[in-house]
Amino acid sequence: MTTNPELILEVAEIHTFIGQFHILEGVSVSVPQGSITVLLGRNGAGKTTTLKSIMGLTPPRSGTITFGGRRIEGKRPFDVAKMGIGYVPEHRAIFKELSVKENLQIAERARGDLNQRADFIFELFPDLKRLYGLGGGKLSGGQQQMLAIARALVPDNRLLLIDEPSEGLAPVIIESLIQAIRRLAQNTTVLLVEQNFRMASQLADRYIIIDDGKSVKTGEMSTLIKDEATIQKYLGAA
Amino acid sequence: MEGIFAPERRSTLIAVLIIFVGLLGFSFLTTGADMAQLSITLLSGLLQGMLLFLVASGLSIIFGLMDVLNFAQGAFFMIGAYIGWEIQHAPNLMKAIPDPNLRFLVGIAGAVIVGAVLGAGLERGLLRPLYARPIFQLVATFGVSLIALEVVKLIWGTAPRSWTEDFTLSSGEFSLFGQFFSTYRLVVIVVGVLLIVGIAVLLKRTRIGITIRAGVEDSSMVEALGINVRLVFTGVFVLGCAVASFGGVIAAPFLGASNAMGAEFLLGAIAAVVLGGLGSYEGTAIASLMVGIAKAVVAKFSVQYLNQPVWESLTPMILMAAILLLRPSGLFGKE
Ligand SMILES: Nc1ncnc2c1ncn2[C@@H]1O[C@H](COP(=O)(O)OP(=O)(O)OP(=O)(O)O)[C@@H](O)[C@H]1O
Ligand SMILES: [Mg+2]
Repeated sequence: MTTNPELILEVAEIHTFIGQFHILEGVSVSVPQGSITVLLGRNGAGKTTTLKSIMGLTPPRSGTITFGGRRIEGKRPFDVAKMGIGYVPEHRAIFKELSVKENLQIAERARGDLNQRADFIFELFPDLKRLYGLGGGKLSGGQQQMLAIARALVPDNRLLLIDEPSEGLAPVIIESLIQAIRRLAQNTTVLLVEQNFRMASQLADRYIIIDDGKSVKTGEMSTLIKDEATIQKYLGAA
Repeated sequence: MEGIFAPERRSTLIAVLIIFVGLLGFSFLTTGADMAQLSITLLSGLLQGMLLFLVASGLSIIFGLMDVLNFAQGAFFMIGAYIGWEIQHAPNLMKAIPDPNLRFLVGIAGAVIVGAVLGAGLERGLLRPLYARPIFQLVATFGVSLIALEVVKLIWGTAPRSWTEDFTLSSGEFSLFGQFFSTYRLVVIVVGVLLIVGIAVLLKRTRIGITIRAGVEDSSMVEALGINVRLVFTGVFVLGCAVASFGGVIAAPFLGASNAMGAEFLLGAIAAVVLGGLGSYEGTAIASLMVGIAKAVVAKFSVQYLNQPVWESLTPMILMAAILLLRPSGLFGKE
């Protein structure tokens, strides 16, 4: 297999099991350096499991995952993370018992990471500065989502995996998230899972459709927007 | 520790206060309103509470973080007591280290080191392969506690060992309202308070503490941030076992070392952990003191009126059952 040096992440034909369930039955994902790539697909298609497989949280049983030219399948999640992948899980999984500050501190990989990145983080999410000492559980849904993304920005990650950031948020909040992700994507490659087609189409350069545990279609986002048939077939009414 | 002082906890704190005052008030009235009796009961309750806490704190933090109820925690307490006793009383060591004070310090170090090493072996060797099977872990720690008991019987026999080699602190006494109380026991209470505060500060203020609290919520997310969670698990487990062992050795000068002490302290500690609310460190600390004081009060009462010491050992479980009936998630547990 040849690895394309332009690709920061290349997932090839992975199969992932959870318990005895065969969840991913051949998923391939290519993420070009510097792009925003979106994973699309219906509920239960396997988008979250794909991100978790990349992180090593649900390690694939077969197939390969190459990040920055190095194979990472089978590595423990903390090793994968330390190579420069930030994970923003679905449902805004921040630590509710920790303060905003502690949620960011825990993501430091080296002393001083947070100090170094604080200006950038507060520029993206000014709210967090005001809420710094507050418990994570006291934040609104939108603020928790911002904290979850901010947490992934504390170390100098080369790739961010962001799972359904718009889920359950009001349109104005989604609008500011779009701005923030666009801004952070100037320095970092992003692999996004997003059901909100409007948000996906505003942000992404490329798409991959996952259906029933298999990656079935990939290409330029601009082509997909015009391809009513594909949208209908795999994503339902968008 | 703002957790227990949060506004929504106020009614619980008041209830806790009422229980403490009620227990002591009951003791005061049934011992003929004698301040000396009351202060002795209070001190021995605090003492028992602190010892329980040394077993219960590990139980609580290990359970919160790793979802493992470490039934071997009591065995570590017992092993600590035997090792401390042995180092103080072994003829060879008495010759090598004639100063009993120094020997006791060596005993403390020995017990803590053995506790830590055995804890590391247990976590790495037995628990780590079983993280996908929580029930097996429970059975494994229970099995280890039985094996530890048999090994102790093999080495030291079944007759309790009482402490005969006094050191400066253990022979001192002070008087309170005309009653004498051992200085050493007071020191143990103070050490217990320092440990409660020390562990709280560790959890609240340090990076490792933040990691532990985050891991209690969601350990796989902590791992996904680049932290080797298994290493943190091992560290916390080892610390919990070492602290229990430490409890055993500092209790040995007045409790001696016996086969039964492991099970007794394990039961009391389980009662405290459940009573305080699973996963709440502050809850465990408060509940340990509550169980300790309840035991001392009941001991006093049953010696005076019932001639029936059995009630003391039943107290932790009765107290736990009573409070769980009123509040199924424990004092400071989450609903
Ligand atoms: N722990 C589990 N045990 C059994 N099945 C699971 C488990 N986790 C996920 N699944 C199944 O795997 C499939 C893929 O789940 P996944 O969460 O990856 O989907 P998704 O595309 O992210 O869906 P959504 O849009 O709802 O988040 C689903 O059918 C789900 O039911
Ligand atoms: Mg999902």
